[in-house]
Amino acid sequence: MKLQQLSLFLENRPGRLEAPLAAIAAEDINILTLSLADTAQFGILRLIVRDWEKAKRILEQDGWVVNVTEVVAVDVLDRPGGLAAALKILEDADLNIEYMYAYSLRRGDKAILIFRFEDPDRAVQVLLDKGLHVVGGEELISSTS
Amino acid sequence: MSLADRQPHSPADSIWNPTAETMPRAELEALQLERLRSLVERVAHVPFHRDHFAHHEIGTHSIRSLADIRRLPFTTKNDMRRHHPLGLLAVPRKDLARIHGSSGTTGKPTFVAYTARDLDIWSELCARFLVAGGLKPEHTVQVAFGYGLFTGGFGLHYGIEKVGAAVIPAAAGNTRRQIEIMRALDPEGLICTPSYALTIADAARDLGIDPRSLPIRLGHFGGEPWSEDMRREIEEELDISAFNNYGLSEIIGPGVSGECSARDGMHIQEDHFLVECLDPETLEPVPEGEPGELVITSLTREAMPMIRYRTRDIARLYREPCSCGRTTMRMSRVTGRTDDMLIIRGVNVFPSQIEEALLRVEGTTPHYLIEVSRPGTLDEVHVKVEIHPEIFSDRMDRMQSLCERISREIHTVAGIRAHVDLVEPRSIERFVGKAKRVLDKRNIQN
Repeated sequence: MKLQQLSLFLENRPGRLEAPLAAIAAEDINILTLSLADTAQFGILRLIVRDWEKAKRILEQDGWVVNVTEVVAVDVLDRPGGLAAALKILEDADLNIEYMYAYSLRRGDKAILIFRFEDPDRAVQVLLDKGLHVVGGEELISSTS
Repeated sequence: MSLADRQPHSPADSIWNPTAETMPRAELEALQLERLRSLVERVAHVPFHRDHFAHHEIGTHSIRSLADIRRLPFTTKNDMRRHHPLGLLAVPRKDLARIHGSSGTTGKPTFVAYTARDLDIWSELCARFLVAGGLKPEHTVQVAFGYGLFTGGFGLHYGIEKVGAAVIPAAAGNTRRQIEIMRALDPEGLICTPSYALTIADAARDLGIDPRSLPIRLGHFGGEPWSEDMRREIEEELDISAFNNYGLSEIIGPGVSGECSARDGMHIQEDHFLVECLDPETLEPVPEGEPGELVITSLTREAMPMIRYRTRDIARLYREPCSCGRTTMRMSRVTGRTDDMLIIRGVNVFPSQIEEALLRVEGTTPHYLIEVSRPGTLDEVHVKVEIHPEIFSDRMDRMQSLCERISREIHTVAGIRAHVDLVEPRSIERFVGKAKRVLDKRNIQN
């Protein structure tokens, strides 16, 4: 149910974002979604790709420091209050969100959000118990193709 | 004092202690010899010196001429560390009047102790170079040096008092307040590091105040290396006369030497210090006027005398007479170090301290680079640390707290605030053999 997210360290200067993306593009690996957190000095690029193991191998061969983290993709209703309802569930269960970002595609009346939890396993359990749809890797990939 | 009745610059050089400062050479050298012999006697009971002397079969009888100083063994910073904190004391602890300290390479300061007589001599020595540089009893001087373990603040403070001038112990930092104090109290003199003098000028401009309109006319600067270019800049910016002085805490603090109005080298207070200039490799004297490592013996210090202390500072010595009438030998600016010590905003820092700080944070070594620059008037240190799987996290808060932790460790160990720049893997140049850890972009050579 969980997804493998790749994180890369980038210096915050022109052209740094392009290099790792070009490296995986050259191997025909499709990026499903990405997010970038940055300070004036450096950034952390987070990627969800089709074949994360291959992407990781390619990036590491190119000298990047790559970190693999488990994240959780959750369907929420794409209407006012949709996200708030999901967050309420997490809050009630005392689940700490490290960060989150939106998946770039929506499906029907649903939007997908990617959550980084401190405890992803418990988060998945709570979300399922509460009837939310947790989107697995296979499903995410098939929904984009 | 208003602008209208301000004294002209560079008043004629007066001599604080004519007996000592213009003593005929033969007399001065006889005094040095007498003091050197008495020094050897005074330290003979200190275990460090006793063992050293025994090993080299030395006693007072070994010193028949000043040249015999070369029979005495050297003292190094390492010796001070090995006898931390007060193992080199030559007087009973109860006789101490003050203890100062200097930054050490291992994070803990090395301590230097003074008897009341040491403090009195120290004030006298500071008075000499202050007066040589134009200080008069009717002046007021703002001291913007740190007051604390650092010898700069207290040393100059009591020297100014000795001259009979008034002191404003403003202490280091808070530049706006320094300017307010200056404008309120009209001090003629300023004591600080040369780079801080430029910071004051910049800050004044930021406040819409013409730095040249500040009351200061005279500056005695030290605590860090500076150049003639920097002197011209300071004098131009603040419309003052700027004087250089030299000293180090291990010997006494400021007061070892200082410039006179000729500003052609710093007069060494030879009645209190015997200064040699040696080739740091062969430890033989360099030809007169050539650069070499200064090795200093403190002839009159009571509490913690130093015998042939290796300063690691590179300078040149001049013996030809000076136009000011002083007979003492002069030294050039310090133009370098024989070790890798850096002076950052007046704080002595060794690259090994930065390394030690990094070692306390797992995964941050072995690839780092210390970059020192002076973008404006003040030194800045950037420590570049290569990112490594062990320290990389996808969480921004973790990465930021990593930077803060490294910065905190550097501050604890080395006493300086450094910017920590995390950089991409393999972005720091690799060296075969000894790695180059320091990139000093400041230009402080003359």
